[in-house]
Amino acid sequence: MATQDVMIRVDRLSKSYGGPRPAVDDISFEVRRGEVLGFLGPNGAGKTTTMKILTSFLAPTSGRAEVAGHDVYSDSVEARRKIGYLPEDTPLYKDMTVLEYLDFVADVRGVRKEHRQARMKRVVEQCGISDRLGMLVGELSKGYRQRVGLAQAIIHEPEVLILDEPTSGLDPNQIAEIRGVIKQIGQEKTVIFSTHILGEVQATCSRVVIIADGKLAADGTPDDLMRKTSGQGEILLEVGGKRGNDTEPLALLRHVDGIEDVKVLATADWSLSDRPRATTFRITVKQGVDPRGDIARVIATADGMDLLSMSMDKASLEDVFRKLTTTSGTGAA
Amino acid sequence: MQNVVAIAKREFSSYFNSPIAYLVVAAYLILSGGLFFSGLFLGGQADMRAFFELSPLLFFIITPMLTMRLLAEERAQGTMELLLTMPVTDWEVVIGKYLASLGLLAVMIGLTIPFAISVAFLGPLDKGATMSAFVGQFLMCGTYAAIGLMASSFTKNQIVAALVALFIGFGLFILGRLVPVLGPWAAPFINAICIDIRFQNAARGVLDTRDVLYYLSMIGGCLLVAQATLESRRWR
Repeated sequence: MATQDVMIRVDRLSKSYGGPRPAVDDISFEVRRGEVLGFLGPNGAGKTTTMKILTSFLAPTSGRAEVAGHDVYSDSVEARRKIGYLPEDTPLYKDMTVLEYLDFVADVRGVRKEHRQARMKRVVEQCGISDRLGMLVGELSKGYRQRVGLAQAIIHEPEVLILDEPTSGLDPNQIAEIRGVIKQIGQEKTVIFSTHILGEVQATCSRVVIIADGKLAADGTPDDLMRKTSGQGEILLEVGGKRGNDTEPLALLRHVDGIEDVKVLATADWSLSDRPRATTFRITVKQGVDPRGDIARVIATADGMDLLSMSMDKASLEDVFRKLTTTSGTGAA
Repeated sequence: MQNVVAIAKREFSSYFNSPIAYLVVAAYLILSGGLFFSGLFLGGQADMRAFFELSPLLFFIITPMLTMRLLAEERAQGTMELLLTMPVTDWEVVIGKYLASLGLLAVMIGLTIPFAISVAFLGPLDKGATMSAFVGQFLMCGTYAAIGLMASSFTKNQIVAALVALFIGFGLFILGRLVPVLGPWAAPFINAICIDIRFQNAARGVLDTRDVLYYLSMIGGCLLVAQATLESRRWR
């Protein structure tokens, strides 16, 4: 891969605020042109700190980061030129109108006067704020403020777009719109955005980096990450019938190939009613096998046992996330 | 340079988006005009001495109100983060903000030029002396503004910024009155740094190079500290 295609390079980055453990602890990853990277992690994991270092607002304690080939510390003005940034909570000057504000940003961002008109028009349309240009930023609703924040981040057509929780606090329609804009931009540019909403990552990202407790917990495409843990999927099995108590099906299941562990999740004893008694089992499956057919055969052919239901839980990104961020360090990819 | 202009322009116009600037300018004009003209008719002399002698006192109180928000508000609102992640240097931010406050002070001082004109109608006014006094006054205001900007870089609380600037300004102002308390050995030292003593030369219409150097080095020093404070986010 040609080096100029790597738009963001983070190399053994650490940042300590002087607390007992660093906010960011030895993180390395790369983002290439045209990638939309979801930056995932629980609150306080170090997402915002990493982004503040990437945008040269803070300096790393150790390690380095590059944006479009420029070191964010030693060549920070050049690095910042390539970046569009939307910080958390969208801090904008409240006493300016939207138009004044965007004009100011275009000034400082060095948007040429001859392109300004066209650029402004495009951005305003893209972010859907053309009917709010004369309003004071401070009077805008949260959703519109977020759009103005996005507009200021893309007005100079940056190579790299860094967005810190761009959809937090928005309603579902607004979230969908912002996602649309991010996707559209991500086709030609590099986008990195942080979130703790997992659906967002599945909907928009081509790659995911998960951090927990300041450490890199995973790095890959959303599918990759799901596949990695899907082997340890679970089957929920409900067995009924006269002999559908817990011990007998348990003994049968032990002999099925590909099953790692079986636990009784719940027993429903309907002895006072006329409904059959039923037991629910949670079956942990070995990596990469699907023993559902075998299980069905074993139970259905056994005397006095009825197969009431069976379902396999595919690991969702949510599981991956929870797994990686609660037992941090063990799942390093 | 383009960045400095953009930042200064934004900052200057935002003065007029809030009532504070209007109130402060009005207060200054009323206070200085009232005090000056009442004294003028009592004294019966067509000069601006009384007007200028007052100004170190008035400005150390007034300038902090104009400078307190410059950096503190950016910090409180979080807009500092957006500003400093744009391709601007910390210096450009400091200079841009400083120029904006100077601009407003220039407007304020400009609005008192009619005072001098009206005095000139009443009697023979030494135009040269008055002009150098105005220049000296502007330099002195510039010094207070630099102190205010520095104070504003220390905190995100505007009130704290104003008070810090007020204390420093007051200290530089009152120092001259401490000579009798401290004894004559302190006089050379105090004469060197007391802004009031410096300015009394200008009020008489004498703009000494040493005084100009004093103002400029105070301004430079304060802006340097303000810049260092901004940059310190990257050392911590």
